[in-house]
Amino acid sequence: MTEPLLKVDNLVQHFKVSRNFTVKAVNGVSFEIYPGETYGLVGESGSGKTTIGRSIIRLYDPTAGEIFFNRDKISGVLNDKVRRMLRKNMQMIFQDPMSSLNPRKKIGDIIGEGLDIHGLYSTRKERNRIIGEMLEKVGLSPAHAERYPHQFSGGQRQRVGIARALVMKPKLIIADECISALDVSIQAQVVNLMKDIQAETGCAYLFIAHDLSMVKYISDRIGVLHLGNLVETGTTQEIFSKPTHQYTKSLLSAVPCSNPVIERNRRRSL
Amino acid sequence: MGISMNEKIILSVENLDITFRTNAGNVHAIRGVNFDLPAGKTLALVGESGSGKSVTMKAVAGLLDDNATINSGKIFYRQADGNVIDLLTLSKKNLRRTINGQQIAMIFQDPMTSLDPTMRIGEQIAETILLHKKISTSDANKRAVELLQLVGLNEPEKRVKNYPHQLSGGQRQRVVIAIALSCEPKILICDEPTTALDVTIQARILDLIQDLQAKMGLSVIFITHDLGVVARVADFVKVMYAGKIIEAGTVDEIFFDPRHPYTWGLLSAMPDLETNDDRLYSIPGSPPNLLHEPKGDAFAARNQFAMKIDEREEPPMFQISETHFAATWLLHPDAPKVEMPAQLRERLARARKAANLQ
Repeated sequence: MTEPLLKVDNLVQHFKVSRNFTVKAVNGVSFEIYPGETYGLVGESGSGKTTIGRSIIRLYDPTAGEIFFNRDKISGVLNDKVRRMLRKNMQMIFQDPMSSLNPRKKIGDIIGEGLDIHGLYSTRKERNRIIGEMLEKVGLSPAHAERYPHQFSGGQRQRVGIARALVMKPKLIIADECISALDVSIQAQVVNLMKDIQAETGCAYLFIAHDLSMVKYISDRIGVLHLGNLVETGTTQEIFSKPTHQYTKSLLSAVPCSNPVIERNRRRSL
Repeated sequence: MGISMNEKIILSVENLDITFRTNAGNVHAIRGVNFDLPAGKTLALVGESGSGKSVTMKAVAGLLDDNATINSGKIFYRQADGNVIDLLTLSKKNLRRTINGQQIAMIFQDPMTSLDPTMRIGEQIAETILLHKKISTSDANKRAVELLQLVGLNEPEKRVKNYPHQLSGGQRQRVVIAIALSCEPKILICDEPTTALDVTIQARILDLIQDLQAKMGLSVIFITHDLGVVARVADFVKVMYAGKIIEAGTVDEIFFDPRHPYTWGLLSAMPDLETNDDRLYSIPGSPPNLLHEPKGDAFAARNQFAMKIDEREEPPMFQISETHFAATWLLHPDAPKVEMPAQLRERLARARKAANLQ
């Protein structure tokens, strides 16, 4: 058995709102992600799926629990070496492509910012070449590097978001609801792109979403979250063919299917 | 004037054509839309953002922005007494007083922005009733409690004193529905009512709308891009693209026998729980910018089956059955025979089989 790329052990994330009120967003969640696989995290809003993603990439400081990434411990106090490793090898794609790109920066500079910080090129020419190749990989043209985010449509902006994550050649990409703000026909394009890139670079995805049919389509394994607890985890096959937890069953029964006859006849187990 | 002949039609939109003036130029958002809504039925308008589905319904509700010009078209509405009126000929004031709320009500996508954050929800419901009906304030407040009960909010007596921020997204959407139904409208227009909600909450809100429809005899128009929702609620479906209806039919016809390549694309872009293929069939490119009037078929640039004629001339509506129409040259008798993508064909076969087993 290969070693897990990411190991989350008993992660707890609480937010202190006032002296006598704490939001317990995540209560002891453990899971592992192996290199090159896609792990889907599903649950309703408020179940803590986004919080887990943000705790792992250290946008929050976890209250308790341990996270190991690439064999290094990335929870608790980070030393400089681990921080650089984490920031280079783990990237995030955000939900809203309208607000996650700096409107005052050109696309090329948005994508190149990580390269600048980590010094991943030796000449200006090389930098532009890397950015151009990246833009081509996500289906845009190198000439787009000189444009600003507002000149692009939603689907194109999400491609820029993906290019920004990929340019660092990360081992793990956290995709937080990265397709839910897009139109149906564009969603399929972006998901196909993410699959192609995984086949090419072998990166792993933590795919956070509430759209179960899309999660089923892209994930190898799935974790179901309910009120900050991981209630069920298993391969996609297991979760969808033999759900055991009541909550998973009710979540599955709520998925609309595109068959009007079945929809008319079905009684929901809610 | 199909509506005066057919008693069952409550709303009929004929040849609607709308342009928006913007700084960048004129946007021809609606380019000739026709549809009928039979009383007591549910019609779904499906399409991507920018296809004109919301603008069409805003025109019906008299809520178009000031920079919109209605170039042509008629919107006939059959009143309770059987008289048919063209809503576009009414003055805005008249429309607000007699039609909006009492005859045609609308609920919007985001329940947070459609409620006033500074007013208690009881007041917000009573406000609508007081505006439209001659009724005392205390009676209106009583009615607000009844309405909250009707939409399935627990402890309605306490809830009327709540502010919107004290409720969850699903509860807020229930309040919005209560406001929409407060004056017993005949037509309810739902503009993406569940897009901002989770799947479990979405299922409950859709159940609620269907229950209320049966109870109150409402005619419902659903605007959505989610075909799963359409399959669940609709009787009739109109697929819109670039300001036109490109395929129309009963829900079974659209889901089991789609004819337009765009509908094929929409159906296959959403995987169902049985999809096992490596890649999703996706529609390449993005929707056209209506600042520039498309020449020929607006979908041609994204259509892998496009023919030469698609670039020159717009396809007319071809009739497939009594209720099923599609605007694509592929249905012309002289067109080469084109099969839908294999992936989708298998899925439709599976869906038909599953449906027969029921």
